[in-house]
Amino acid sequence: MTPLLQVRNIEKRYGARIGCADVSFDLYPGEVLGIVGESGSGKSTLLNCLAGHLAPDQGEVIFDTRADGPRDVRQMPEAERRMLSRTDWAFVHQNPRDGLRMRVSAGGNVGERLMAVGARHYGDIRQTAGDWLTKVEIDTARMDDRPSAFSGGMQQRLQIARNLVTGPRLVFMDEPTGGLDVSVQARLLDLLRGLVRRMGLSAIIVTHDLAVVRLLADRLMVMKSGHVVETGLTDQVLDDPQHAYTQLLVSSVLQV
Amino acid sequence: MITVTDLGKSFTLHNQSSAVIPVLEGANFSVAAGECVALTGESGAGKSTVMRILYGNYLAQAGRVVVNGLDITTATPREILTLRREVLGYVSQFLCVVPRVPTLEVVAEPLLSLGVAEDAARARAVDLLTRLRIPERLWQLSPTTFSGGEQQRVNIARGFAHRYPVLLLDEPTASLDAQNRETVLTLIEEAKAGGAAIVGIFHDLEARDRVADRAIDVSVFTPRKIA
Repeated sequence: MTPLLQVRNIEKRYGARIGCADVSFDLYPGEVLGIVGESGSGKSTLLNCLAGHLAPDQGEVIFDTRADGPRDVRQMPEAERRMLSRTDWAFVHQNPRDGLRMRVSAGGNVGERLMAVGARHYGDIRQTAGDWLTKVEIDTARMDDRPSAFSGGMQQRLQIARNLVTGPRLVFMDEPTGGLDVSVQARLLDLLRGLVRRMGLSAIIVTHDLAVVRLLADRLMVMKSGHVVETGLTDQVLDDPQHAYTQLLVSSVLQV
Repeated sequence: MITVTDLGKSFTLHNQSSAVIPVLEGANFSVAAGECVALTGESGAGKSTVMRILYGNYLAQAGRVVVNGLDITTATPREILTLRREVLGYVSQFLCVVPRVPTLEVVAEPLLSLGVAEDAARARAVDLLTRLRIPERLWQLSPTTFSGGEQQRVNIARGFAHRYPVLLLDEPTASLDAQNRETVLTLIEEAKAGGAAIVGIFHDLEARDRVADRAIDVSVFTPRKIA
C-alpha cells in the first residue's frame, strides 16, 4: 500500500531558532497520527509546514494525489496546492475564527466548501449543510445565523463541519477539542472515529490532551524543542514511555 | 501461535535518578493453538507485564516474541495494529471507550473495523450481550455509566466479538457473579475448541483449573540479581 503522506526531513527555522527539525514519517490511509509535546515544542510549526501554510526550509512532503500518484506538495504550483487544500485536505484550526468566514451564515460556511468542489444545486447544498450541522450538534434553526453569534464551542463544531463536508482524505487538526466542553468533545471523537472507519480518512492531530490521542490516534509522535523524541504505537508510548520527557509528560496527567 | 524466546524487560525511570528496574530475564515459553495457558506468580511477579509485552503495549529490551509469525519486538506500529485487528485480542481489566458511544456499537466495533457487514456485526453483538445478561434497555446507552460488573461484561463481549486466533485475558472472571462467570468460562472453552491460543491471568483458582491446560510461573523469569 502506498502511504497517503510521506514526510522527509522537514526542517523549519525562525532565524537561528529551530521551529522543527529532522521530522520524517509515513502516514497510511485510515491512519490517525497524534503529535504531542509541550507548548513551543514545534507541533504547530510542523503541522503548518505539512499543510502548506508555512514554507519549510528543508525536506519533502509527498502526497498521494488521486490523479497523478505521489507528488511533492512543495513543488506543486500554487493553484494546484489550493485546489488540494479545498478538496482532499482539510485543516481544523485551533481558533475557529481562523477557519471560518465570520460574516457568512453557518449554512453558507459549510455550503461554500461544497460549491468550491462544484456543487451547484441550492436545495442539495442546503440539505447537506443541514445534515452536517446536525452531525456536529448545531440546531438547524441556527443555520442562517452568522458564526459571530455562536459560542466558541459552536464555532469549533461549525469549523469541523465545514472541513469534513467535502469528504477529504487527509485532515490536519491543531488542538481541535481545546475549547470544547467534554460532552461535545466526546461526540466529536466518535464522529471522527466513524469517519476514519467508513471513509478511510487519515488525520494528523496536534494536541496536548493525552486522553484524546489515546482514544483517537493509532500512532503517537512526541516532540520537544523542535525534535521528535519518541514515536510508536499510541498505547505503547503512553503506557511504556522510553524517553525522559515522555515519562514526565505521561506522569504529569491528572487522573480523573 | 505464540513463541517467546529469551525475553527480557526492564523499566528505566529517567526522572527518578534513572533508576533501572529489571522485571523479566530469559523468559522462554510457547503457546499452541487450542491451548489455554495461565500465567501464575505472586502480585508484582510480572504477569501483567508479560501480557502487555505479548500485546505490543510494552516494549521488550531483549529477546523475541513471535505471535502468528510476526515478531512484535521488531514489527512496525502498522503491523502490530493489523495483528491486533485480525489475530490478537485482549480483554483488559478495564473498559476504555469513547464516551457516549452506545454499548451495542462498542461491542460490534472490532467486527466493523474488520469490514464485517453491519447486520452481521450487530447480530453477533446482540448474541454476546444477551448471553452475558446485559439487559436490552441498556444497549443503546454508553457503558461509561454502567456498574463495574456490567462494564466488565461489555468488555468481555467486545473481546469475544471477533473470534481471535490469539486471545489474552486479564482476570476475565473478576467481579462477576456465578451465572456470568459460568458464561465467561463457557466462552473461553468455546474459543479454545475453536482453535484459539489463550493466555490468561486468573486469580480465580477454580476458573483457572477448569479452563487452563497448564500454568507458567512468571516468578521464574524474575531477574536473579536485583540491583
